[in-house]
Amino acid sequence: MTYLAKSPWIIHYDASSCNGCDIEVLACLTPLYDVERFGIINTGNPKHADIFVVTGSVNEQNRQVILNIYNQMPDPKVVVAVGICACSGGVFRECYNVAGGIDKLIPVDVYVPGCAARPESIIDGIVTALGVLEEKKKNNVHSAEAADQRDLRGQGQLQGGAE
Amino acid sequence: MAVVFVLVAPVIGGLVAGIDRKVTAHMQGRVGPSVLQPFYDVGKLFEKENAVVNETQIFYVICYVIFMAFTGALFFAGGDLLLVIFALTLSQVFLALGAFAAYSPYSHVGAERELLQIMAYEPMVILTAVGMFVATGSFNVADIWVTSVPVVLVIPGIFLGFVYILTIKLRKSPFDISTSHHAHQEIVKGVTTEYSGPSLGLIEITHWYETVLLLGFLWLFFGWNPLLAVAAIIVLYLLEILIDNINARLRWQFAVKSAWLVALIVGIINLAVLYFLSGGAP
Repeated sequence: MTYLAKSPWIIHYDASSCNGCDIEVLACLTPLYDVERFGIINTGNPKHADIFVVTGSVNEQNRQVILNIYNQMPDPKVVVAVGICACSGGVFRECYNVAGGIDKLIPVDVYVPGCAARPESIIDGIVTALGVLEEKKKNNVHSAEAADQRDLRGQGQLQGGAE
Repeated sequence: MAVVFVLVAPVIGGLVAGIDRKVTAHMQGRVGPSVLQPFYDVGKLFEKENAVVNETQIFYVICYVIFMAFTGALFFAGGDLLLVIFALTLSQVFLALGAFAAYSPYSHVGAERELLQIMAYEPMVILTAVGMFVATGSFNVADIWVTSVPVVLVIPGIFLGFVYILTIKLRKSPFDISTSHHAHQEIVKGVTTEYSGPSLGLIEITHWYETVLLLGFLWLFFGWNPLLAVAAIIVLYLLEILIDNINARLRWQFAVKSAWLVALIVGIINLAVLYFLSGGAP
C-alpha cells in the first residue's frame, strides 16, 4: 500500500455537463458524504492533482482545455469520467457539436455511468481509480502526452498536437 | 536543541496540521481525515513526478526549507532573536523567488501576495523582538526562555499584536492571501501553483517547521510558567482555527493596513508606556 491511495487529490473539470453531475461531485464534499475523511481534496490546480474527474462530453469549446489539464498533471495520474455524457456522450452523442465521451480525447481509466451519477457511485469510482493509481505507480507507468488526434489528421502529419 | 528541532519539528508540525484539519472538519460538521493525513499527503507528494517549469524553482524551494530549519534551529538553540527574524524573512523571500522563477501569471500573483504578507507582518515581528528586549533585557532566546519576568504582562500590547499577525503567518483566513491550506477550489493556488510532487512536499514540511517556530515564539511570552505556556499555546491555536473557520478571505489591502495599524497602535503604545514608566531609561 502506497501513500497514493491515502491522499488522492482530485481536479474536477466540467466539460459540457448540464451541471447535474457537477452538483453530485460537489455533494461528495458536503458533510453528508465528506470525502475529505479519505484524504480526498478537491484542488483547483492540475499540478497538484492525482485524479482528473471530468463531467460532460467533449465539444469544440473544451478539447484544448481537457488536453491542457491532462498534460499538466504529474504522473502517476488517472482519469475518471463521471456521468454518462463523459462516458459516451450520452443523449448528446449525436449532436453536431459533440465529439463523444472523454475517451475520444484522453485515456480514461474509470467510467462512472449515471444521469446524474450518484455521489455513492462517484465515490466508488474514485476508490476504483485509487487501485489503478497504485498499479500505475507499481509499474512505473509514464503517461504519454495527449494530443488532439483530430488536429493531427487535419494536418496530415504527426507533429505539433495540443501545445 | 538545534538538532532536536530539525528532527522533531516536522513530526510535531505535521501532527498540529493534522489536528488542525480534524478540528476544522468537526467545526463544519464533518468527520474529517485522520490526524496523520498531512504525513500521508507529503508521503504521496514524494511518490509523484517532480514536474517544474524552471529547474531554479527546485533550488529556491530547497533554500526555503534549509533556511526555515536554520531559523528554527537558531531559535531553539537559544540564539539571537533578531538573527532569527532575519533568517525567517530570508526563508520567506526564497519562497517568493521560487514562485517568481516560473513564468506563470498565477504563480506571480501568489509571489506578489507573499511579499505583501511579509510586508504586513514584518513590523510587528520586529516590534516583538524589541518588546522582548525591553521586558527581559536580552535579545537572546536562551535568556528569555529562562526569565522569571512574566513577559506577557509586561508587553500585553505586543502580545496582542503578535497574535494578530500569527493569523497571517499561519496562512489562516481572513489573511490566507498568498496561498491557503484549505481545499478551496481556486485557480490561483498562490505561491504553490507551479510546484508539484516532491517540491510541494518540501513546502509542506517547511510549513511544519514554521508552525513549530511560531509556537516557540508564543512560548516566550509565557516562558516563566511552562504549564501556562502550554495551555496558552493550545488555546491560541484553537482560536486561530476558529478565526480561520468563521472568516472569509479579505483583500490584501486590509491585511497590510490592519497589520500595520495594529503594530503601530498596540506595539508602539506598549513600548511608549514602558518607556515612560521606567522614567526614560530602557
